[in-house]
Amino acid sequence: MAHGPAKGIGRWLFTTNHKDIGTLYLWFSFAMFLLGGFFAMVIRAELFQPGMQLVKPEFFNQMTTMHGLVMVFGAIMPAFVGLANWMIPMMIGAPDMALPRMNNLSFWILPFAFAILTSTLFMDGGGPNFGWTFYAPLSTTYAPDSVNYFIFAMHIMGASSIMGSINIIATVMNMRAPGMTYMKMPLFVWTWVITAFLLVAVMPVLAGAVTMMLMDINFGTSFFNAAGGGDPVLFQHVFWFFGHPEVYIIILPAFGVVSQIIPTFSRKPLFGYSSMVYATAAIAFLSFIVWAHHMFTVGMPIAGELYFMYATMLIAVPTGVKVFNWITTMYKGSLTFETPMLFSIAFVILFTFGGFTGLMLSIAAADMQYHDTYFVVAHFHYVMVAGAVFSGTAAIYYWLPKWCGKMYNETMGQVQFWVAFVGFNIAFMPQHFLGLAGMPRRYADYGLQFADWNMVSSVGAFIYGGAQLMLLFNVVMTIRNGKPVSDPKVWEGAEGLEWTVPTPAPYHTFATPPTVK
Amino acid sequence: MEANRSNRTLLGQLLLLAAGMFAFAIFVMPPLYDLFCEITGLGGKTKGVYEAVEVKIDTSREVEVQFLASNNESMPWVFQPTEHHVVVHPGEARKVTFFAHNTTGRDMVAQAIPSMVPNNTADYFHKTECFCFNNQPLAAGEKAELDLIFIVDPDLPASVNSLTLSYTLFDITDSVSSPVAQLQ
Repeated sequence: MAHGPAKGIGRWLFTTNHKDIGTLYLWFSFAMFLLGGFFAMVIRAELFQPGMQLVKPEFFNQMTTMHGLVMVFGAIMPAFVGLANWMIPMMIGAPDMALPRMNNLSFWILPFAFAILTSTLFMDGGGPNFGWTFYAPLSTTYAPDSVNYFIFAMHIMGASSIMGSINIIATVMNMRAPGMTYMKMPLFVWTWVITAFLLVAVMPVLAGAVTMMLMDINFGTSFFNAAGGGDPVLFQHVFWFFGHPEVYIIILPAFGVVSQIIPTFSRKPLFGYSSMVYATAAIAFLSFIVWAHHMFTVGMPIAGELYFMYATMLIAVPTGVKVFNWITTMYKGSLTFETPMLFSIAFVILFTFGGFTGLMLSIAAADMQYHDTYFVVAHFHYVMVAGAVFSGTAAIYYWLPKWCGKMYNETMGQVQFWVAFVGFNIAFMPQHFLGLAGMPRRYADYGLQFADWNMVSSVGAFIYGGAQLMLLFNVVMTIRNGKPVSDPKVWEGAEGLEWTVPTPAPYHTFATPPTVK
Repeated sequence: MEANRSNRTLLGQLLLLAAGMFAFAIFVMPPLYDLFCEITGLGGKTKGVYEAVEVKIDTSREVEVQFLASNNESMPWVFQPTEHHVVVHPGEARKVTFFAHNTTGRDMVAQAIPSMVPNNTADYFHKTECFCFNNQPLAAGEKAELDLIFIVDPDLPASVNSLTLSYTLFDITDSVSSPVAQLQ
């Protein structure tokens, strides 16, 4: 076990080391984050003023679609898989992931998936233009020719996610150090193993949905084609049966990250550990039985509307348990406000805000007005960006010193936080007002009455985009010439096995399993 | 090694779960959805060919049946019911017609998809003959009277005294391989 990493490009192509693969996932997801962010900048630049300025409406539609797809499947999901690869073996005292060669495969098919997806933008007829939810018949009867490439790309990234999840489940179930019982596992591990089960259960449903599209388009079936006896509404049910668990797939690992960071900088153990575990499991279970709240306007019977409304509201209970636990962890703690903690506190505040707008949307009667407006856009950016992306950023600042043995520049970190926080709120807070005033989403143009807030929103979006370049700068500067740290704990309040190995974390850790008391 | 074997077992089980969910999405969800719509009557889908059975015509009761015809967006045909509504006695067979005119200069094939309101009444509306059972090929400029013979079931709940049958006409020319003359 004494040998280190191989030399050259071969190290990255053939690696089976969980730390290398975690690094690959993180850099890949950051590249996708910048790509998806670039698409967002095109959207906001076009919406800076009413009227058509920069792009054609057809291209605008491709931008909204690709922004959603790249951010969800290319940036957020792989980022958390990267964190899982890096941290889960170190947190449970395992030498590596359970299935290291499958780990390599599940990463290396991803760049191909996104190369295929992105290449559609340069094809005749353009890339996917039907929204990231790709509702039939927009994505079947009326889709551009490139839709088959889109379907193939979705299949590949689905396979990657399923393999990654199986690996995580196998690692957690079989590779824990002696004494590391389930109820001693750090919360990040818990949220990830629950997420992994969600992924194994619903990514195949997504694959099924795109396969049915493929058959409708190319092989004359009529799953979603009303002329042949099918039903486009079926597509929405299948999609959201995947799609609702998907939003928890995105947010649960973020919950896990925040549940690691807040105790560290509060210098107190996490309040209500077991209730956190049960709340996570409850959220995962509920996510399977609420999907149709995305389709209140599709024409459901009143009983269906009521059922999906109440079931959706029920999710606020376990989510509330988590929020109160984070607040109670901080209560009477010796708080310090390093960058990871700032991002985590912002996460708790802004995610709760996004949760409340989610509750507003869950009211079926009110959703008739909010549906497909910018209010929805504002809601899910509060939970996806201020939720998943803020927590991912917190995780980078929190664990980066452990990974590379260098400390980031605290001032630069805090500056980046405030730019991101202010930029984010300027970008998305006004979108609530726009939505309530009736501005529909996914249009390249808007009425003059929406002009002012759109301009504000675009300015905020550019600021927030700039904050991501600052993050990249901070990370690169830390790796190149950050102040060396050698204390295994890095943060004085940090607890857990990952902080018992030397800093920077050696290439191989826990070759002999530690004993957990 | 012990750990390797249990990893492989778990891998197999989880792959099986994933394959199962894939099959569930393709082979179970669509039929389940159709079944759900049929039970609740939400889809308003009427049934196929009905074999008429001897029933007593309930002359004490009158049911109004209204007809709607619409074209799916780019469909250029003229398509309308000859009578917009008829009044029938339950149990009585009644023939109505729809008028279709292919106004374009090319041969086309259409498919009419029925839908019935109120919900749950589709089971009480029997069609012994309907143009919607097959596709409707019309040559360029051709006009046609399309026949529908129906019977309202005497068991139709007493609370219902009006039914609305709607047809939406879809252009399926591209997905039909045989030429229109042959279909006719």
